Amino acid sequence: MLFYIFALLAILSAAYLVLTRNLLYAGFSLLVTLLSVAGIYVLLFADFVAVVQLMVYVGGVLVLILFGIMLSSRVHDKSVLSESVNKGWGISIALLLLVGLVYSIGQTSFNTLPWLQGNADDVLGLQKSTVQSIGIKLMTDFVLPFEVASLLLLIALMGAAYIATDKPKV
Amino acid sequence: MALLAFVLTLMLMLLLVIVVVYAERKVAAFMQDRLGPTEAGPEGTLQPMLDVLKLLQKEDIIPTAADKKLFAIAPILIFAAVFAGFAVVPLSPTLVPAGIGIGVFYLLAIISLDVIGLLMAGWGSNNKYAMLGAMRSVAQIVSYEIPAGLAILAVVMVCQSLDFQEISYQQGVLMNQFLGLERESNWLFGIEALGINTTYIGGVTTWNIFRVPIMFVAFIIYFIASLAECNRAPFDIPEAESELVAGFHVEYSGFRFAVFFLAEYAMMVLVCLVAVILFLGSWNTALPNLGPLRLADWTTGTIGSWTAILWGGFWLISKTLVLLFVQLWARWTYPRLRVDQLMYLCWKVLTPIALGVVLLAGIWRLLM
Repeated sequence: MLFYIFALLAILSAAYLVLTRNLLYAGFSLLVTLLSVAGIYVLLFADFVAVVQLMVYVGGVLVLILFGIMLSSRVHDKSVLSESVNKGWGISIALLLLVGLVYSIGQTSFNTLPWLQGNADDVLGLQKSTVQSIGIKLMTDFVLPFEVASLLLLIALMGAAYIATDKPKV
Repeated sequence: MALLAFVLTLMLMLLLVIVVVYAERKVAAFMQDRLGPTEAGPEGTLQPMLDVLKLLQKEDIIPTAADKKLFAIAPILIFAAVFAGFAVVPLSPTLVPAGIGIGVFYLLAIISLDVIGLLMAGWGSNNKYAMLGAMRSVAQIVSYEIPAGLAILAVVMVCQSLDFQEISYQQGVLMNQFLGLERESNWLFGIEALGINTTYIGGVTTWNIFRVPIMFVAFIIYFIASLAECNRAPFDIPEAESELVAGFHVEYSGFRFAVFFLAEYAMMVLVCLVAVILFLGSWNTALPNLGPLRLADWTTGTIGSWTAILWGGFWLISKTLVLLFVQLWARWTYPRLRVDQLMYLCWKVLTPIALGVVLLAGIWRLLM
Protein backbone atom coordinates (compact mmCIF):
# COMPACT_ATOMS: atom_id res chain seq x y z
CA MET A 1 0.00 0.00 0.00
CA LEU A 2 2.72 2.45 1.09
CA PHE A 3 4.76 1.40 -1.90
CA TYR A 4 2.01 2.39 -4.33
CA ILE A 5 1.61 5.80 -2.69
CA PHE A 6 5.34 6.49 -2.96
CA ALA A 7 5.52 5.11 -6.49
CA LEU A 8 2.57 7.22 -7.63
CA LEU A 9 4.07 10.33 -6.04
CA ALA A 10 7.44 9.65 -7.63
CA ILE A 11 5.94 9.16 -11.10
CA LEU A 12 3.62 12.17 -10.92
CA SER A 13 6.29 14.52 -9.63
CA ALA A 14 8.83 13.23 -12.15
CA ALA A 15 6.32 13.78 -14.97
CA TYR A 16 5.65 17.30 -13.71
CA LEU A 17 9.40 17.87 -13.51
CA VAL A 18 9.79 17.00 -17.17
CA LEU A 19 6.67 18.74 -18.46
CA THR A 20 6.74 22.05 -16.60
CA ARG A 21 8.50 24.95 -18.25
CA ASN A 22 9.21 26.83 -15.05
CA LEU A 23 12.67 25.70 -13.94
CA LEU A 24 12.07 26.60 -10.32
CA TYR A 25 8.92 24.49 -10.09
CA ALA A 26 10.86 21.67 -11.74
CA GLY A 27 13.45 21.97 -8.96
CA PHE A 28 10.81 21.77 -6.25
CA SER A 29 9.08 18.82 -7.86
CA LEU A 30 12.46 17.09 -7.97
CA LEU A 31 12.31 17.36 -4.18
CA VAL A 32 9.08 15.34 -4.11
CA THR A 33 10.58 12.76 -6.48
CA LEU A 34 13.68 12.34 -4.33
CA LEU A 35 11.63 12.05 -1.14
CA SER A 36 9.33 9.39 -2.65
CA VAL A 37 12.29 7.41 -3.95
CA ALA A 38 13.83 7.59 -0.46
CA GLY A 39 10.55 6.20 0.87
CA ILE A 40 10.75 3.31 -1.59
CA TYR A 41 14.33 2.61 -0.47
CA VAL A 42 13.14 2.35 3.11
CA LEU A 43 10.45 -0.14 2.07
CA LEU A 44 13.23 -2.20 0.45
CA PHE A 45 15.14 -2.29 3.80
CA ALA A 46 17.81 0.02 2.40
CA ASP A 47 17.48 2.64 5.14
CA PHE A 48 21.08 3.81 4.85
CA VAL A 49 20.75 4.40 1.11
CA ALA A 50 17.51 6.30 1.73
CA VAL A 51 19.13 8.66 4.21
CA VAL A 52 22.21 9.11 2.04
CA GLN A 53 19.85 10.05 -0.77
CA LEU A 54 18.26 12.72 1.43
CA MET A 55 21.62 13.97 2.67
CA VAL A 56 23.40 14.16 -0.68
CA TYR A 57 20.63 14.95 -3.13
CA VAL A 58 18.16 16.96 -1.08
CA GLY A 59 20.62 18.62 1.27
CA GLY A 60 23.35 19.16 -1.29
CA VAL A 61 22.58 18.82 -4.98
CA LEU A 62 19.02 20.16 -4.90
CA VAL A 63 19.99 23.21 -2.83
CA LEU A 64 22.78 23.89 -5.29
CA ILE A 65 20.38 23.60 -8.24
CA LEU A 66 17.84 25.92 -6.60
CA PHE A 67 20.55 28.42 -5.74
CA GLY A 68 21.76 28.33 -9.33
CA ILE A 69 18.26 28.91 -10.69
CA MET A 70 17.48 31.71 -8.27
CA LEU A 71 20.74 33.55 -8.81
CA SER A 72 20.65 33.26 -12.59
CA SER A 73 16.98 34.05 -13.12
CA ARG A 74 16.06 37.14 -15.07
CA VAL A 75 19.55 37.47 -16.46
CA HIS A 76 18.37 38.96 -19.73
CA ASP A 77 15.24 40.46 -18.19
CA LYS A 78 13.13 37.35 -18.61
CA SER A 79 12.47 34.58 -16.12
CA VAL A 80 14.11 31.22 -16.62
CA LEU A 81 12.04 28.85 -18.71
CA SER A 82 13.23 25.60 -20.16
CA GLU A 83 12.98 25.13 -23.91
CA SER A 84 12.80 21.91 -25.82
CA VAL A 85 15.96 21.30 -27.76
CA ASN A 86 17.71 18.22 -29.19
CA LYS A 87 14.42 16.41 -29.76
CA GLY A 88 15.89 13.62 -31.91
CA TRP A 89 18.67 12.71 -29.47
CA GLY A 90 16.37 13.00 -26.50
CA ILE A 91 13.74 10.69 -27.93
CA SER A 92 16.28 8.09 -29.03
CA ILE A 93 18.03 8.03 -25.63
CA ALA A 94 14.66 7.80 -23.85
CA LEU A 95 13.67 4.88 -26.10
CA LEU A 96 16.98 3.09 -25.48
CA LEU A 97 16.52 3.54 -21.72
CA LEU A 98 12.98 2.20 -21.98
CA VAL A 99 14.22 -0.91 -23.82
CA GLY A 100 16.90 -1.47 -21.19
CA LEU A 101 14.45 -1.05 -18.32
CA VAL A 102 11.82 -3.34 -19.88
CA TYR A 103 14.52 -5.95 -20.45
CA SER A 104 15.78 -5.81 -16.87
CA ILE A 105 12.25 -5.85 -15.46
CA GLY A 106 11.60 -8.91 -17.61
CA GLN A 107 14.59 -10.61 -15.98
CA THR A 108 13.07 -10.24 -12.50
CA SER A 109 12.28 -13.42 -10.68
CA PHE A 110 8.93 -12.78 -9.08
CA ASN A 111 9.38 -15.80 -6.81
CA THR A 112 11.35 -13.56 -4.44
CA LEU A 113 8.40 -11.22 -3.93
CA PRO A 114 7.25 -12.84 -0.63
CA TRP A 115 10.78 -12.29 0.69
CA LEU A 116 10.46 -8.58 0.07
CA GLN A 117 7.02 -8.41 1.62
CA GLY A 118 8.12 -10.21 4.78
CA ASN A 119 9.10 -8.66 8.08
CA ALA A 120 12.22 -6.59 8.60
CA ASP A 121 13.50 -9.31 10.93
CA ASP A 122 13.48 -11.88 8.13
CA VAL A 123 15.74 -9.75 5.95
CA LEU A 124 17.96 -7.89 8.37
CA GLY A 125 18.24 -10.55 11.06
CA LEU A 126 19.48 -9.30 14.43
CA GLN A 127 21.13 -6.12 13.19
CA LYS A 128 18.93 -3.07 13.25
CA SER A 129 20.17 -1.47 10.04
CA THR A 130 22.38 -2.15 7.06
CA VAL A 131 25.14 0.21 8.21
CA GLN A 132 27.42 -2.47 9.68
CA SER A 133 27.38 -4.66 6.59
CA ILE A 134 27.83 -1.67 4.26
CA GLY A 135 30.81 -0.51 6.33
CA ILE A 136 32.46 -3.92 6.30
CA LYS A 137 31.91 -4.31 2.56
CA LEU A 138 33.35 -0.86 1.87
CA MET A 139 36.51 -1.64 3.81
CA THR A 140 37.02 -5.11 2.35
CA ASP A 141 35.50 -6.09 -1.02
CA PHE A 142 34.98 -2.58 -2.39
CA VAL A 143 37.89 -0.71 -0.88
CA LEU A 144 39.44 0.25 -4.24
CA PRO A 145 36.33 1.89 -5.77
CA PHE A 146 35.70 3.56 -2.42
CA GLU A 147 39.18 5.10 -2.33
CA VAL A 148 39.01 6.07 -6.01
CA ALA A 149 35.71 7.86 -5.34
CA SER A 150 37.25 9.76 -2.44
CA LEU A 151 40.19 10.74 -4.65
CA LEU A 152 37.75 12.00 -7.28
CA LEU A 153 35.95 14.10 -4.67
CA LEU A 154 39.25 15.52 -3.47
CA ILE A 155 40.17 16.50 -7.03
CA ALA A 156 36.77 18.15 -7.46
CA LEU A 157 37.28 20.05 -4.21
CA MET A 158 40.70 21.30 -5.27
CA GLY A 159 39.36 22.25 -8.69
CA ALA A 160 36.53 24.23 -7.13
CA ALA A 161 38.94 26.01 -4.80
CA TYR A 162 41.22 26.82 -7.75
CA ILE A 163 38.38 28.22 -9.84
CA ALA A 164 37.16 30.32 -6.92
CA THR A 165 40.55 31.90 -6.07
CA ASP A 166 41.36 35.37 -7.34
CA LYS A 167 43.96 35.04 -10.02
CA PRO A 168 46.78 37.56 -9.74
CA LYS A 169 46.60 40.03 -12.60
CA VAL A 170 49.57 39.58 -14.93
CA MET B 1 0.88 3.20 18.28
CA ALA B 2 2.30 5.40 15.56
CA LEU B 3 -0.53 7.88 16.04
CA LEU B 4 0.02 7.93 19.80
CA ALA B 5 3.73 8.60 19.35
CA PHE B 6 2.88 11.38 16.90
CA VAL B 7 0.45 13.08 19.28
CA LEU B 8 2.75 12.70 22.30
CA THR B 9 5.76 14.10 20.46
CA LEU B 10 3.70 16.99 19.13
CA MET B 11 2.39 17.77 22.62
CA LEU B 12 5.87 17.63 24.11
CA MET B 13 7.25 19.89 21.39
CA LEU B 14 4.44 22.45 21.77
CA LEU B 15 4.86 22.44 25.55
CA LEU B 16 8.61 23.02 25.33
CA VAL B 17 8.14 25.72 22.69
CA ILE B 18 5.63 27.58 24.86
CA VAL B 19 7.99 27.38 27.83
CA VAL B 20 10.85 28.71 25.68
CA VAL B 21 8.78 31.56 24.25
CA TYR B 22 7.84 32.64 27.76
CA ALA B 23 11.40 32.15 29.00
CA GLU B 24 12.75 34.24 26.14
CA ARG B 25 10.66 37.24 27.22
CA LYS B 26 11.51 36.82 30.87
CA VAL B 27 15.23 36.14 30.30
CA ALA B 28 15.49 39.07 27.89
CA ALA B 29 13.83 41.28 30.47
CA PHE B 30 16.15 40.02 33.19
CA MET B 31 19.25 40.62 31.04
CA GLN B 32 18.11 44.18 30.30
CA ASP B 33 16.94 44.89 33.85
CA ARG B 34 13.25 45.03 32.93
CA LEU B 35 10.26 43.05 34.21
CA GLY B 36 8.99 41.41 31.02
CA PRO B 37 5.35 40.27 30.75
CA THR B 38 3.50 40.66 34.03
CA GLU B 39 -0.16 41.23 33.21
CA ALA B 40 -1.54 38.03 31.61
CA GLY B 41 -1.82 35.33 34.26
CA PRO B 42 0.49 34.99 37.27
CA GLU B 43 3.88 36.53 36.40
CA GLY B 44 2.69 36.81 32.78
CA THR B 45 2.72 33.04 32.21
CA LEU B 46 -0.28 33.16 29.88
CA GLN B 47 1.51 35.58 27.53
CA PRO B 48 2.70 32.95 24.97
CA MET B 49 -0.82 31.43 24.69
CA LEU B 50 -2.30 34.87 24.13
CA ASP B 51 0.36 35.59 21.50
CA VAL B 52 -0.67 32.46 19.65
CA LEU B 53 -4.38 33.34 19.95
CA LYS B 54 -3.68 36.81 18.59
CA LEU B 55 -1.73 35.42 15.63
CA LEU B 56 -4.50 32.92 14.82
CA GLN B 57 -7.12 35.67 14.67
CA LYS B 58 -5.18 37.82 12.25
CA GLU B 59 -6.04 38.14 8.59
CA ASP B 60 -4.19 35.76 6.29
CA ILE B 61 -2.45 38.07 3.83
CA ILE B 62 -0.83 36.78 0.65
CA PRO B 63 0.89 39.52 -1.34
CA THR B 64 -0.49 39.92 -4.89
CA ALA B 65 2.93 39.63 -6.48
CA ALA B 66 3.90 36.55 -4.44
CA ASP B 67 4.10 33.07 -5.90
CA LYS B 68 1.00 31.79 -4.13
CA LYS B 69 1.72 28.07 -4.22
CA LEU B 70 5.30 28.33 -2.94
CA PHE B 71 4.24 30.98 -0.44
CA ALA B 72 1.65 28.61 1.03
CA ILE B 73 3.77 25.44 1.06
CA ALA B 74 6.96 26.92 2.56
CA PRO B 75 5.88 27.21 6.24
CA ILE B 76 4.41 23.70 6.17
CA LEU B 77 7.59 22.25 4.68
CA ILE B 78 9.82 23.96 7.24
CA PHE B 79 7.67 22.81 10.14
CA ALA B 80 7.41 19.25 8.76
CA ALA B 81 11.20 19.04 8.41
CA VAL B 82 11.82 20.14 11.98
CA PHE B 83 9.03 17.99 13.40
CA ALA B 84 10.27 14.94 11.49
CA GLY B 85 13.54 15.34 13.38
CA PHE B 86 11.72 14.81 16.68
CA ALA B 87 10.69 11.31 15.56
CA VAL B 88 14.04 9.74 16.48
CA VAL B 89 14.63 11.51 19.80
CA PRO B 90 14.48 9.03 22.70
CA LEU B 91 12.63 10.42 25.73
CA SER B 92 13.42 7.72 28.29
CA PRO B 93 15.03 4.24 28.40
CA THR B 94 11.95 2.63 26.87
CA LEU B 95 10.14 5.51 25.20
CA VAL B 96 11.24 6.52 21.72
CA PRO B 97 8.84 7.50 18.90
CA ALA B 98 10.85 5.74 16.16
CA GLY B 99 13.88 3.79 17.33
CA ILE B 100 15.57 3.38 13.96
CA GLY B 101 19.15 2.15 13.81
CA ILE B 102 20.49 5.15 11.90
CA GLY B 103 18.71 7.86 13.85
CA VAL B 104 21.64 10.31 14.06
CA PHE B 105 22.23 10.22 10.32
CA TYR B 106 18.50 10.51 9.60
CA LEU B 107 18.25 13.56 11.82
CA LEU B 108 21.11 15.31 10.02
CA ALA B 109 19.51 14.54 6.66
CA ILE B 110 15.95 15.51 7.50
CA ILE B 111 17.02 18.84 8.98
CA SER B 112 18.49 19.76 5.61
CA LEU B 113 14.93 19.81 4.20
CA ASP B 114 14.51 22.97 6.25
CA VAL B 115 16.84 24.75 3.82
CA ILE B 116 14.55 24.00 0.87
CA GLY B 117 11.62 25.47 2.80
CA LEU B 118 13.59 28.63 3.50
CA LEU B 119 14.45 29.05 -0.17
CA MET B 120 10.77 28.52 -1.06
CA ALA B 121 9.68 31.16 1.43
CA GLY B 122 12.28 33.65 0.26
CA TRP B 123 11.50 33.16 -3.41
CA GLY B 124 7.75 32.85 -3.00
CA SER B 125 7.48 36.14 -1.13
CA ASN B 126 8.83 38.02 -4.16
CA ASN B 127 10.46 40.56 -1.90
CA LYS B 128 14.09 41.58 -1.96
CA TYR B 129 14.51 41.46 1.81
CA ALA B 130 12.96 38.01 1.96
CA MET B 131 15.18 36.78 -0.86
CA LEU B 132 18.34 38.18 0.74
CA GLY B 133 17.37 36.72 4.08
CA ALA B 134 16.72 33.29 2.58
CA MET B 135 20.03 33.33 0.69
CA ARG B 136 21.96 34.32 3.79
CA SER B 137 20.13 31.78 5.88
CA VAL B 138 20.78 28.93 3.46
CA ALA B 139 24.45 29.84 3.01
CA GLN B 140 24.83 29.95 6.78
CA ILE B 141 23.00 26.69 7.47
CA VAL B 142 24.81 24.76 4.72
CA SER B 143 28.19 26.02 5.97
CA TYR B 144 27.56 25.32 9.63
CA GLU B 145 26.27 21.83 8.91
CA ILE B 146 29.91 20.87 8.33
CA PRO B 147 31.39 21.59 11.80
CA ALA B 148 28.17 20.34 13.42
CA GLY B 149 28.30 17.14 11.36
CA LEU B 150 31.99 16.61 12.19
CA ALA B 151 31.34 17.08 15.92
CA ILE B 152 28.52 14.54 15.72
CA LEU B 153 30.79 12.22 13.73
CA ALA B 154 33.30 12.30 16.60
CA VAL B 155 30.56 11.10 18.98
CA VAL B 156 29.47 8.42 16.55
CA MET B 157 33.07 7.18 16.28
CA VAL B 158 33.42 6.93 20.03
CA CYS B 159 30.01 5.32 20.56
CA GLN B 160 30.25 3.08 17.48
CA SER B 161 26.57 3.59 16.82
CA LEU B 162 24.16 5.75 14.84
CA ASP B 163 21.29 4.83 17.14
CA PHE B 164 20.29 7.58 19.59
CA GLN B 165 19.00 5.03 22.08
CA GLU B 166 22.24 3.02 22.06
CA ILE B 167 24.27 6.22 22.51
CA SER B 168 21.98 7.11 25.43
CA TYR B 169 22.39 3.75 27.14
CA GLN B 170 26.18 3.97 26.85
CA GLN B 171 26.20 7.09 29.00
CA GLY B 172 24.75 5.69 32.22
CA VAL B 173 24.36 2.90 34.73
CA LEU B 174 21.85 1.04 32.55
CA MET B 175 24.41 0.35 29.82
CA ASN B 176 24.58 -3.42 30.27
CA GLN B 177 20.81 -3.71 29.93
CA PHE B 178 20.90 -2.68 26.27
CA LEU B 179 20.81 -5.51 23.75
CA GLY B 180 24.35 -5.80 22.36
CA LEU B 181 26.11 -3.85 25.11
CA GLU B 182 25.97 -6.54 27.84
CA ARG B 183 29.74 -7.01 27.99
CA GLU B 184 30.80 -3.38 27.55
CA SER B 185 32.18 -1.31 30.39
CA ASN B 186 32.96 2.37 30.91
CA TRP B 187 36.34 3.50 32.22
CA LEU B 188 37.20 6.81 33.85
CA PHE B 189 38.02 9.30 31.05
CA GLY B 190 37.62 6.38 28.66
CA ILE B 191 41.14 5.13 29.39
CA GLU B 192 41.13 1.46 30.28
CA ALA B 193 44.74 1.61 31.50
CA LEU B 194 43.68 3.77 34.48
CA GLY B 195 41.77 0.74 35.73
CA ILE B 196 38.85 2.65 37.27
CA ASN B 197 35.61 1.07 36.12
CA THR B 198 32.78 3.60 36.08
CA THR B 199 30.11 1.33 34.57
CA TYR B 200 28.19 1.11 37.84
CA ILE B 201 29.14 4.56 39.11
CA GLY B 202 27.23 6.30 36.34
CA GLY B 203 26.14 9.90 36.72
CA VAL B 204 28.31 12.56 35.13
CA THR B 205 31.29 10.19 35.02
CA THR B 206 29.75 8.31 32.10
CA TRP B 207 28.45 11.27 30.11
CA ASN B 208 30.19 11.57 26.80
CA ILE B 209 31.90 14.86 27.68
CA PHE B 210 33.37 13.17 30.76
CA ARG B 211 34.08 9.65 29.61
CA VAL B 212 35.92 11.02 26.56
CA PRO B 213 37.10 14.50 27.61
CA ILE B 214 37.90 15.52 24.00
CA MET B 215 34.10 15.48 23.51
CA PHE B 216 33.92 18.70 25.47
CA VAL B 217 35.54 20.50 22.54
CA ALA B 218 33.16 18.73 20.16
CA PHE B 219 30.25 19.83 22.34
CA ILE B 220 31.29 23.49 22.20
CA ILE B 221 31.69 23.27 18.40
CA TYR B 222 28.31 21.60 18.02
CA PHE B 223 26.63 24.14 20.26
CA ILE B 224 28.02 27.13 18.33
CA ALA B 225 27.15 25.52 15.00
CA SER B 226 23.66 24.68 16.21
CA LEU B 227 23.07 28.32 17.15
CA ALA B 228 23.89 29.20 13.55
CA GLU B 229 21.66 26.42 12.21
CA CYS B 230 18.60 27.78 13.95
CA ASN B 231 19.44 31.36 12.96
CA ARG B 232 19.82 32.47 16.55
CA ALA B 233 21.84 35.45 17.70
CA PRO B 234 24.77 36.01 17.44
CA PHE B 235 24.22 34.31 14.07
CA ASP B 236 20.90 35.95 13.19
CA ILE B 237 22.04 37.84 10.09
CA PRO B 238 19.29 36.16 8.00
CA GLU B 239 16.70 37.94 10.12
CA ALA B 240 18.70 41.01 11.05
CA GLU B 241 15.90 43.45 11.88
CA SER B 242 18.06 46.51 11.38
CA GLU B 243 19.02 45.68 7.78
CA LEU B 244 16.57 43.09 6.41
CA VAL B 245 13.41 43.96 8.42
CA ALA B 246 12.73 40.29 9.24
CA GLY B 247 14.50 38.25 6.59
CA PHE B 248 12.75 35.40 4.83
CA HIS B 249 9.47 35.70 6.75
CA VAL B 250 9.01 39.44 6.22
CA GLU B 251 5.85 38.95 4.12
CA TYR B 252 4.22 36.37 6.35
CA SER B 253 1.46 37.22 8.81
CA GLY B 254 -1.14 35.56 10.97
CA PHE B 255 -1.24 31.78 11.06
CA ARG B 256 1.58 31.30 8.55
CA PHE B 257 3.86 33.49 10.61
CA ALA B 258 2.88 31.49 13.69
CA VAL B 259 4.01 28.31 11.90
CA PHE B 260 7.39 29.89 11.10
CA PHE B 261 7.73 31.04 14.66
CA LEU B 262 6.84 27.59 15.95
CA ALA B 263 9.29 25.91 13.58
CA GLU B 264 12.08 28.24 14.66
CA TYR B 265 11.56 27.56 18.34
CA ALA B 266 11.04 23.85 17.71
CA MET B 267 14.39 23.84 15.91
CA MET B 268 16.03 25.40 18.96
CA VAL B 269 14.50 22.72 21.17
CA LEU B 270 15.56 19.99 18.75
CA VAL B 271 19.21 21.03 18.51
CA CYS B 272 19.39 21.29 22.30
CA LEU B 273 17.82 17.85 22.71
CA VAL B 274 20.38 16.43 20.29
CA ALA B 275 23.22 18.14 22.15
CA VAL B 276 21.98 16.67 25.43
CA ILE B 277 21.62 13.18 23.97
CA LEU B 278 24.98 13.13 22.25
CA PHE B 279 27.15 14.90 24.81
CA LEU B 280 25.41 15.42 28.14
CA GLY B 281 24.26 11.95 29.04
CA SER B 282 20.83 11.92 27.38
CA TRP B 283 18.13 10.79 29.85
CA ASN B 284 20.71 9.54 32.35
CA THR B 285 20.92 10.97 35.83
CA ALA B 286 23.61 13.50 36.73
CA LEU B 287 24.22 11.98 40.17
CA PRO B 288 26.83 9.19 40.48
CA ASN B 289 26.72 6.17 42.77
CA LEU B 290 29.10 6.92 45.64
CA GLY B 291 29.72 3.82 47.71
CA PRO B 292 26.57 3.04 49.71
CA LEU B 293 24.92 6.23 48.46
CA ARG B 294 23.26 4.76 45.35
CA LEU B 295 22.30 8.20 44.02
CA ALA B 296 22.40 7.13 40.38
CA ASP B 297 20.23 4.06 40.97
CA TRP B 298 17.73 6.02 43.05
CA THR B 299 17.34 8.70 40.39
CA THR B 300 17.15 6.30 37.42
CA GLY B 301 14.26 4.01 38.27
CA THR B 302 13.81 0.48 36.94
CA ILE B 303 13.36 -0.22 33.25
CA GLY B 304 9.83 -1.23 32.38
CA SER B 305 8.16 0.72 35.17
CA TRP B 306 6.86 4.28 35.26
CA THR B 307 9.76 5.42 37.42
CA ALA B 308 12.26 4.97 34.58
CA ILE B 309 10.07 6.94 32.15
CA LEU B 310 9.46 9.78 34.60
CA TRP B 311 13.09 10.05 35.73
CA GLY B 312 14.34 9.78 32.14
CA GLY B 313 11.97 12.47 30.93
CA PHE B 314 12.83 14.68 33.89
CA TRP B 315 16.59 14.52 33.32
CA LEU B 316 16.38 14.90 29.54
CA ILE B 317 14.06 17.87 29.65
CA SER B 318 15.78 19.66 32.52
CA LYS B 319 19.16 19.37 30.80
CA THR B 320 17.59 20.61 27.57
CA LEU B 321 16.08 23.59 29.35
CA VAL B 322 19.50 24.50 30.76
CA LEU B 323 20.98 24.49 27.25
CA LEU B 324 18.03 26.53 25.95
CA PHE B 325 18.70 29.05 28.70
CA VAL B 326 22.29 29.32 27.44
CA GLN B 327 20.94 30.00 23.94
CA LEU B 328 18.76 32.83 25.25
CA TRP B 329 21.62 34.13 27.35
CA ALA B 330 23.87 34.27 24.27
CA ARG B 331 21.17 36.03 22.27
CA TRP B 332 20.71 38.85 24.73
CA THR B 333 24.37 39.41 25.53
CA TYR B 334 26.25 39.11 22.24
CA PRO B 335 26.11 41.45 19.22
CA ARG B 336 25.44 40.06 15.76
CA LEU B 337 28.34 38.84 13.62
CA ARG B 338 29.07 40.28 10.17
CA VAL B 339 28.79 37.93 7.19
CA ASP B 340 32.57 37.71 6.72
CA GLN B 341 33.11 37.07 10.44
CA LEU B 342 30.44 34.37 10.27
CA MET B 343 32.17 32.57 7.41
CA TYR B 344 35.61 33.05 8.99
CA LEU B 345 34.42 31.43 12.19
CA CYS B 346 32.91 28.49 10.33
CA TRP B 347 35.59 27.67 7.78
CA LYS B 348 38.81 28.80 9.43
CA VAL B 349 38.12 28.15 13.09
CA LEU B 350 35.41 25.60 13.73
CA THR B 351 35.95 23.25 10.79
CA PRO B 352 39.73 22.71 11.32
CA ILE B 353 39.24 22.19 15.07
CA ALA B 354 36.37 19.79 14.38
CA LEU B 355 38.59 17.80 11.99
CA GLY B 356 41.25 17.57 14.71
CA VAL B 357 38.62 16.42 17.21
CA VAL B 358 37.49 13.67 14.85
CA LEU B 359 41.09 12.42 14.58
CA LEU B 360 41.60 12.54 18.36
CA ALA B 361 38.27 10.80 18.96
CA GLY B 362 39.43 7.95 16.73
CA ILE B 363 42.66 7.63 18.70
CA TRP B 364 40.77 7.83 22.01
CA ARG B 365 38.53 5.01 20.90
CA LEU B 366 41.60 2.79 20.70
CA LEU B 367 42.28 3.40 24.41
CA MET B 368 38.75 2.46 25.49
